[in-house]
Amino acid sequence: MIQWRTVLRHRWPLRLMHWINLACMLAMVGSGLQILNAHPALYWGEASNFAAPLASAKAVQRGGELRGITQVGGTSFDTTGVVGATNNSSGVRVRAVAPSWAMIPGSRNLAAGRAWHFFFAWTWVINGVVYLLWSLGSRHLQRDLAMQRHDWRAIPKSILDHLRFRHPVGEEAMRYNPLQKLAYLGVIFGLTPVIVLTGLSMSPQMDGVMGGFIELVGGRQSARTLHFVAMSAFLLFAAVHILMVFYAGPINEMRSMFSGRFRIRTDPGSHNRESGNE
Amino acid sequence: MSDLLVPRRRFLRMAVAGVGAGASAGLLTGCDALSRRESFLDVLSAAEPLNRTAQRFLSGDRLVREYPASMISPSFRPNGSINPKTPEYLALKAGGFAGYQLRLRGLVERPMEFTLDALRALSARTQITRHDCVEGWSAIGQWTGVPLAHLLSLSGIQPAAKYAVFHCFDDLSNNGGRYYESVDLRDALHPQTIAAYALNGSPLPVANGAPLRMRIERKLGYKQPKYVHTVELVDSYARMAGGQGGYWEDQGYDWYGGI
Repeated sequence: MIQWRTVLRHRWPLRLMHWINLACMLAMVGSGLQILNAHPALYWGEASNFAAPLASAKAVQRGGELRGITQVGGTSFDTTGVVGATNNSSGVRVRAVAPSWAMIPGSRNLAAGRAWHFFFAWTWVINGVVYLLWSLGSRHLQRDLAMQRHDWRAIPKSILDHLRFRHPVGEEAMRYNPLQKLAYLGVIFGLTPVIVLTGLSMSPQMDGVMGGFIELVGGRQSARTLHFVAMSAFLLFAAVHILMVFYAGPINEMRSMFSGRFRIRTDPGSHNRESGNE
Repeated sequence: MSDLLVPRRRFLRMAVAGVGAGASAGLLTGCDALSRRESFLDVLSAAEPLNRTAQRFLSGDRLVREYPASMISPSFRPNGSINPKTPEYLALKAGGFAGYQLRLRGLVERPMEFTLDALRALSARTQITRHDCVEGWSAIGQWTGVPLAHLLSLSGIQPAAKYAVFHCFDDLSNNGGRYYESVDLRDALHPQTIAAYALNGSPLPVANGAPLRMRIERKLGYKQPKYVHTVELVDSYARMAGGQGGYWEDQGYDWYGGI
C-alpha cells in the first residue's frame, strides 16, 4: 500500500525570499522593457552605430496601418502586435518595443520606468545578499545546492529522467537533482553577477571603476546588449522552472513554496524513518 | 478515492491557472495605477539617494575613460533641443555668437562674464569621452573647453554655495520656460566638468549646443545642458521653476542622473 508523508520542504526564510525575488524580477523585466522602449535598438561596442544595430524594433506605416518590424542582424521580421508596434491598453496601435501588458508602466513613461527599475533592483540585490548569507549560515547552500561527487556521476541519469519527464516522488524528491542544482547555481553565481555588472556598466558615474569590465565585454553598448541577453536567459530559466513545477506536480510544489509542506510517497516499511527533513 | 482525486486535481490546476492569469492582469493594471500615484513614485525614488551614495562611494572622484581619436563617432547625435527659437538666442546666432557672454552669478565672490574669446584664451581641456543618453544610446566626441573648476576659482565660491545651476537659452517644451539643470559642487568641480565651446576640433554646431554647453562626464545627457548662458551658484534649487533642479527632473526624472 502506498503511504504518503508530509514534510517541511522549504523553510520560511527561503519561501519569503523566493517570492520577493519573483516580485522584483517581474518589476524589473517590465520596467526594463519600458526603458528599452525609449531607444529600442541594441549595439555592440562602446558607442552606438546607429546605421547598423545588432537588433532593433521599428514601427513603419505600411498599407495604411502601423506595422512592427524587428530586425536582427541582416534579417527583418514582421512582429506586429508583439514587438515594434503593439496595441496599447485602449486597443490603439502604437509604436512600442513590447505589448503594454509586458511593460511597467504600460504606456510610454521612461522616468517612471527608471524609478521602478532602480527601486526593485535595490530590493532584489538586498534580497539576494540576505539569501546568500542565510544560505551559507543555514548550510542550505552547502547541503542542498552544492554539487556533490555523486551529483556529477548522476548527470547522465538525470538527463534521461528529464527527457522521459520522469520525476522522483519518494525520498529522492526531497533533494535537488543535479541538473536542477546546476541550473540554480548557474543563475545565482553566473547570470546574477552578469546582469548586475552589465547594469552598473551602463552608469557614466561608474565608468571610472567599471572601465576594465566594460572593456572586457566589448564596451558600454555591448554591456547594455548583454544586460538584455542576461534578462532573456532569466526568462528562459523561469519558463523551464515553471514547466518543471508542472511536471513535478504543481499543487504539491506550489504548496511547498507557500506553506513549506510537501507530500512525498514513502515505501512500505520505511514509514518509521521519521527523520527531520529540515 | 483516486477517482475523486483526479477531477479535484484538475479543478485545482485550473483554479491555480485562473488565479494566476487574473493576478497578473490585476498586477499590471495595478502597476499603472501605482505609477500615477505621487506617493508611490516617492517610495520608488528612495532608490535615487541609494544610487548616488553607493555609486559615489564606489567610484570616488575617478575620471571616466577617455578614448583615442579613432573611436570618435562619425556624427555626434543631437537630442532634445537642436535648433532653439527663443528671441535672445536667434539674435545671438544672427551675430555669429559674437555678443555671447557666459555669466557666473549667485553665490560667487565676484560675478563675472566671459566672452567666447576670453574663454578660448584660458587654459583649455580637451577630452574624448562617451556621451550616454538616458534613452540608452552612446556617442563618442572630442570636447574642448574650460574646466568649470577654473572658472569658479576665478570668481570665488561663497561658503554657502552647494549647487551649480546652469541656465540655458532653449525652450524645449515651447511654453515660455527655459531649459536648466543643476549639479552639486562635487560634480561642478570635477576635472572633467568643462564649459565646452568645441566639438571634434570645430566650434560647437547649433544642434550640439552652440556656442557653449556643459560636459559633466559622469552624468547622463540630460544633466549636461546645451546653450548655457549663466552658471549660478545656489544653496538650494527648490524655488526655481518646478523645484526639482532641472527641466527633466521637473517632469519626473531623477536629479542624480548618474545611471
